[in-house]
Amino acid sequence: MSYTNALHDEAHHHDNPTGWRRWLFSTNHKDIGTLYLLFALTMLFMGGASAMLIRAELFQPGIQLLDPDLYNNLVTNHALLMIFGAVMPAAAGLANWMIPLMIGAPDMALPRMNNLSFWILPAAGTMLILSFVVPFFPGGGSQINTGWTLYPPLSVQVGMSMDFLIFAIHLLGISSVLASINIIVTLLNMRAPGMTLMQMPIFCWTWLVTAFLLILVVPVLAGGVTMLLFDRHFGTSFFDAAGGGDPVLFQHLFWFFGHPEVYVLLLPSIGVLSHIIPTFARKPLFGYKSMVGAMIAVGTIGMVVWAHHQYTIGMSLGAVSYFMIGTIIISIPVGLMIFNFIATMWRGAMTFETPMLFAVAIILMFTFGGLSGVMLAVVPADMQYHDSMFVVAHFHYVLMPGAVFGLFAGVFYWLPKWTGHMYDERLGKIFFWINVTGFNLTFFPQHFLGLAGMPRRIIDYNVMFTEFNAISSVGAMIFGFSHLLLLYIIIKTIRGGEPATNRVWEGAKGLEWEVASPPPFHTWETPPLIRQEQTS
Amino acid sequence: MCRRFTTVSRLLLLTAGLAGFQSTQAEYGINFPPPAADVAQEIYDIHMLTMRIATFLLLVVFSFIIYSLYFHRKSRGYQADQNFHNTWFGNWSWVIVPALVLGVDLTIASNADTVLKKVWDVPKDEKLMDVKVTGHQWWWEFDYLDHGIKVESRYIPEEKAGDLYLREVDNRLVLPTDTKIRFLHTSADVLHAFWVPELAFKKDAIPGYVTETWSEINREGVFRGQCAELCGTWHSRMPLVVESVSPEKFQEWVNEQQAIKVATAAEAASTKTWSKNELMTKGKALYETKCAACHQVTGLGLPPAFPPLNGSPIVNGPVEGHLNMVINGKPGTAMQAWGSLNDLEIAAIVTYERNTWDNKAGDTVQPTDVALAR
Repeated sequence: MSYTNALHDEAHHHDNPTGWRRWLFSTNHKDIGTLYLLFALTMLFMGGASAMLIRAELFQPGIQLLDPDLYNNLVTNHALLMIFGAVMPAAAGLANWMIPLMIGAPDMALPRMNNLSFWILPAAGTMLILSFVVPFFPGGGSQINTGWTLYPPLSVQVGMSMDFLIFAIHLLGISSVLASINIIVTLLNMRAPGMTLMQMPIFCWTWLVTAFLLILVVPVLAGGVTMLLFDRHFGTSFFDAAGGGDPVLFQHLFWFFGHPEVYVLLLPSIGVLSHIIPTFARKPLFGYKSMVGAMIAVGTIGMVVWAHHQYTIGMSLGAVSYFMIGTIIISIPVGLMIFNFIATMWRGAMTFETPMLFAVAIILMFTFGGLSGVMLAVVPADMQYHDSMFVVAHFHYVLMPGAVFGLFAGVFYWLPKWTGHMYDERLGKIFFWINVTGFNLTFFPQHFLGLAGMPRRIIDYNVMFTEFNAISSVGAMIFGFSHLLLLYIIIKTIRGGEPATNRVWEGAKGLEWEVASPPPFHTWETPPLIRQEQTS
Repeated sequence: MCRRFTTVSRLLLLTAGLAGFQSTQAEYGINFPPPAADVAQEIYDIHMLTMRIATFLLLVVFSFIIYSLYFHRKSRGYQADQNFHNTWFGNWSWVIVPALVLGVDLTIASNADTVLKKVWDVPKDEKLMDVKVTGHQWWWEFDYLDHGIKVESRYIPEEKAGDLYLREVDNRLVLPTDTKIRFLHTSADVLHAFWVPELAFKKDAIPGYVTETWSEINREGVFRGQCAELCGTWHSRMPLVVESVSPEKFQEWVNEQQAIKVATAAEAASTKTWSKNELMTKGKALYETKCAACHQVTGLGLPPAFPPLNGSPIVNGPVEGHLNMVINGKPGTAMQAWGSLNDLEIAAIVTYERNTWDNKAGDTVQPTDVALAR
């Protein structure tokens, strides 16, 4: 109790700051959550614009709009903007907003560090954008044409924009690690009295696992890119075979980070789904314990299967067999998660508001993406799929439903709570249908392209690939522009609308629905009393 | 509901297309091209197996979801079963479901492992024909180690290649059928990957590494592929074309190539002094195959990665500096060392570069100058 009182007193010193000071010096989890979400939304549009330029170029064979280096630069930036700029900050924004509300805490455990971990992001984002822009200025060197994987030796050839990118990755990594520490400390120390770990809402569990994953893997990436920086400027040869180094070492370091990163992107959205589906099916989540167990298993196994991204580097038979079996095994916990979602819907009394529409679409499409993932895990077959458009189709089918749509669903689900206004349900549904149709139209045909032999990351292709590329590009334009509607819905909801009740959704359960909509600046200054039905 | 049904019907179409109608596959280009080697056939079969299992599971999952979406909705007056998660099924599903998934996993993994053992390692204790495949930015070099032949393979510009643009090369990788061939992959600069789907192996070409794959081609034909690992600006312009011929025809081709090789060596070794015209003609042809990918036919390059040669201080400066750049390259950039070209070829290229476009050095470089510069 004394701990919460101390925070309570401190909060009063900072009460109601106004203007830019409110945001720049903010230590309030709700304001910082909002900042994270707005940052993510900005980056989503930048990453989306680069994706649409890529697809516009690929609409027809030949080189029409872009030159090859600019194309590769866009490919690189699209990935980095989306992963580090859009998805991770959006998930962190949801965590900031919802975790203290869900566990009955007055704020995050380390509010000043919370401020720091957000305000590093705009600096990192600027560095990231500079890495894209610098080559267009005189003396700016060549463009980053390596893809987000930054494999040497190609990344050693690139001009100074690579250095901007390396520092951007350092800053993004620091921000993620700080945010993760904050979330772990909050979850372990700030739960309302009486709430055990196994009573914690699932979203909190997903973030607990995610935060540990980030702390474990981000430093490895930071080390890898630092070695790259040394190879570029300080005459070392970590990754240069001519100097006794090993170009493949970088790939191991990168994917030791890169594969768990996939689960970092996925898990928070799984957490969001674990709230949305019970709410709209009007019955408790099926298999709370197995859900927790499954995500811990995914996190653990996910740490040790990274080399399935590098089957073609010429590993030994034993090594590839291990990585293949490990990867296939991940289907067990992931399958259990999907099963739990379906079993939650089963015998429920479902209604289909926008968050639920997204949730159902996610289960369908994520299952599809997961199954093509099992195909990719099979080494001999992957020797065909690897680095083809099939891979592009696969990872968009897991990352888009698995991460981005989960975040969209979360935004629609909690927007009434944040703003105190209901969003326009009709527009929300229109957005859903256009968005999901556009998505499938974009990525489904890419499976065929990959199988027929089209490599990924090429600017120009043979006429035999024309039809599916054209379909895919049309889909991409529909998909891309549909997000303007999302922006409109969000702005409209912030500006006004039908007032939301505290509970917002008929079937909503949990502490976050007991505070007002919108919640006052400070919530749970007195910890709530935990009753059994509030959890699960 | 509408979209869901279209997804299902598309999947059904895909399954039907893949499972039944072999002929339509090639037409629409929605699956692997027909394999041309046993190794490729094994891989094709395991691909089809996992795809069928995946499609079946997808249909099962979709059926349950669609059933639930239709029947378990509030608008039909369905009352939520608040205790479903507390039934025996709810209590034991965390064992049942993983056990079922594990069964599927083991089916896939055991089949995959069998195939993997057959295709992964190159057969030992057998005589194999060795072909060393070296990736360069942005062309392929094939060394027939057993025959002493070297082939350089580059893309053909759109005007000449027509519909085969980006799938056709100037010199194909000619290989005999019914012969076990070992490919040794390496790279001279950045990562590349050798991918000809009909031979069914993709392997990265990594500088400093030699990785290997093998194949035994079982029919004559032309098989096309591309570089699969992002290798910089012109990654899209690295087609791979394999032409498989009978062992007899292959031997004829080898004899032909060896004769050409001897003639070229004789020409380069001759002590004659070459006229400027001869060097310019040879140099133009060589420049346009070997140098123009980066520095462009116009000599304007693609700055900043590929500097222009037209008006370049190195090209217009002393011959020694120019030769040094061509022979030794510039470490840390895309400019590789071209020392493997013979003296005559380098002399011709350098002479051409110094006397074309706006460059007016006026001098000619003889093979003997190149030999001195080495």
